[in-house]
Amino acid sequence: MGKYRGHPEAVRALVRETEVHRDVYTDPEIFDLEMEHLFANTWVHVGHASQIPNPGDYVTTTIGNQPVLMVRHNDGSVKVLHNRCPHKGVKVATDACGNTGKFFRCPYHAWTFRLDGSLRAIPLNRGYENTGLETSHAAQGLACVKNVVNYRDFVFARLNDTGPSFEEYFGDSLSSFDNMIDRSPEGKLEVAGGVLRYMHNCNWKMLVDNQTDTCHPMVAHESSAGTAAAMWKPFEGTGAKKPMAVEIFVPFFSPYEFFEGMGIRVWDNGHGHTGVSHSIHSDYSAIPGYWDQMVAAYGEERAKAILGEARHNTVYWPNIMIKGPIQLLRIFRPLAANRTLVESYVYRLVGAPDLLLERSQMYNRLINAPTSVVGHDDLEMYERAQEGLGSNGNEWVNVQRLYDPQEAEQKVAVTNGTNEWQMRNQFRAWSKFMTMSM
Amino acid sequence: MTVPTDKDLIDFVIAEARILDELRFNDWLELFTDDGIYWMPAEWGQTDTKLVGSLMYEDKLLLSVRVERLKGLRTFSQRPKSRCHHVLQVPIVDARDDAAGEYQLYTPFHYVETRVDEQTLYAGWARHTLVLVDGRLRIKLKRVDLVNCDAAFGNIQLFM
Ligand code: FES
Ligand SMILES: [Fe+2]
Repeated sequence: MGKYRGHPEAVRALVRETEVHRDVYTDPEIFDLEMEHLFANTWVHVGHASQIPNPGDYVTTTIGNQPVLMVRHNDGSVKVLHNRCPHKGVKVATDACGNTGKFFRCPYHAWTFRLDGSLRAIPLNRGYENTGLETSHAAQGLACVKNVVNYRDFVFARLNDTGPSFEEYFGDSLSSFDNMIDRSPEGKLEVAGGVLRYMHNCNWKMLVDNQTDTCHPMVAHESSAGTAAAMWKPFEGTGAKKPMAVEIFVPFFSPYEFFEGMGIRVWDNGHGHTGVSHSIHSDYSAIPGYWDQMVAAYGEERAKAILGEARHNTVYWPNIMIKGPIQLLRIFRPLAANRTLVESYVYRLVGAPDLLLERSQMYNRLINAPTSVVGHDDLEMYERAQEGLGSNGNEWVNVQRLYDPQEAEQKVAVTNGTNEWQMRNQFRAWSKFMTMSM
Repeated sequence: MTVPTDKDLIDFVIAEARILDELRFNDWLELFTDDGIYWMPAEWGQTDTKLVGSLMYEDKLLLSVRVERLKGLRTFSQRPKSRCHHVLQVPIVDARDDAAGEYQLYTPFHYVETRVDEQTLYAGWARHTLVLVDGRLRIKLKRVDLVNCDAAFGNIQLFM
C-alpha cells in the first residue's frame, strides 16, 4: 500500500481551504488514483456527434488513461466502448476515425463485435463448445460504458456505473454549452478543420487552473500580446482597419481592472467561467450577414441575448474548457503526472457565414498551436512550475486570492474576475471525486 | 537581376537558411514581399488555409510580432534563447515563369531547434514561391510541410 492508495484521508489532506499540496501536481501515485477515481466518477467529454454522422462511424479517443471508441449505433444513438478486445487485449481500432461497417473485427484473431460492443462471432467457434465461454469475461465483448449522455451533440461519459447523474453533475453550467450552440442560427455545431495538438511537460491541472487565471495575461503575455499592441499603436486612429489578428491578440494585454470587472461565475462540482459581463472576446468586429441570420432564426430579442453573452473560458471539470463566443473546445488529456496532451477543436456554426469559422481557426492557431507565441508564454510558466514544485523550500501552492471562509457553502456565485475561487472550487471537486469511490 | 538563373534561385533558398541559423530575423523578414506569407499546414496535403487549422499562416505583421517578441527581455520562453540549425537537400526548381517573374522551389530539409538541454529534430519539405521585385528575389510564399505535421509537438519557437 502506498502513501495515498487506501488512504482517502491522506488524499483529502492535500487540499486545504487556501492552498494545495504539490503532490497533486507531481506525485505519480496521485496521478494513478486520479485515473482510477477522479476520471471514473466525473462526466468526461468524449467527442462530438458530428464526428460520427453515420452508423458504424467511430473515433478512437481516451477517457483519462482509458482507450475508448465513440461509435454511432444502427439506431442512431452514440455508444462508448472500451477499445480492448476481450480475447487477448488488442485495440480493435487505431485510426483516429473511420467507418467500421456493421461490426468491429479484431485484427488479431477476427473475433467480431456489434456496434454496441456485444460479441457477434468467433472463427472456428466449435473450439469453445463445452468450455463455458458464455460465462467468461470474454463473452461480454467490448465492454460498453453504461453512462453516456449526448447533450446537443456533445458526448460525455461516466466510467463508473454509479455516481451523480449528468444533470446533477453539470447543473446550470450547461448554459455555456447552450450559448455556444445557440450561436448557430440552426442551433447546431460541427467539428471543423481538424484539431491542433500540443504536448505539455506539466500536470494537466496546471492547464485547468490557468483557464480562469486572470492575473497572468498582462504579465506572462506581455511578450506576445504586448508586442502586438505596441506594433499596432502607430496605426491606431489612422483609420486603418484593425486586422483580425490584432483584434485577437491585443485584449490579452488588458489591465487588471478589465479582468477584475469581467467577473467569474462558479458552479457546483468544479465548473465555472470567466467573463460574466464582458471578456477579451467582447469587441470583435461584426461578421457581415450573421446578425440578420440570427434575427431571422430567433427574433431580435433572443438573438441579442445570445450574442450579448461574451463568456470567456468555461471550465467543465475535470478536463475541458470551452469558449462560446468563438466556438472552441480544449481538452487537457492527462498522460502522466508531468505530461499532458492539449487538443484544441473548433466548431462551425451551422448556417452561419464562413468568416466566423475563419476567425475561430485564426484564434486557434494564434493562441493554441505549438507554434503559438501565447502558447509559448503559458507553457514556459507551466514547465517552470513543474520543475519548481520539486523544491523542498515550500510544499504548498497558494490559491488564496479573495478567499472568503463562507464561500464553500455557496453552490453558485458571481464574484470579482480575479478571484481564485474557481481554482478552489476545482480542488474541492477534486477532493470529492477522488475520494467518493475509495 | 532581370531573369534569375536556376543557380540564383537555389542560392537564395540556401542563403535564407543561413540567415535563420545565424538568428538574423530582421534580415529574414526583409526577404519577404510586403504581402508575403509563411505557412505551416497542420494537415497532410492541406489545401485550405482559412477554414482548416494550420500551425502557422502568417503575414508580415504577424511574423514581425514574432521577431520583435524574440528580442524582449520579458519573453520568458526565450530566457535562455533557442537556436536552430537547417540541413537542406539541394533545392529543386519546380517551375519558372520568367514573364511573370515567379518561381517555385522544392527543398527537403532537416531542422533542429534547441533550447538549453533540449534538442528537437523536425523533417519536412519547404516550398518557396519566389518573385522578382525591383530586380531582387523575394519570398511571396514559404510553405513548410512537416512529415509529421499532425503530431503533437512541444514548443516550436523559431522558423523552419
Ligand atoms: S485478440 Fe482480438 S481476436 Fe484475439
Ligand atoms: Fe495564458
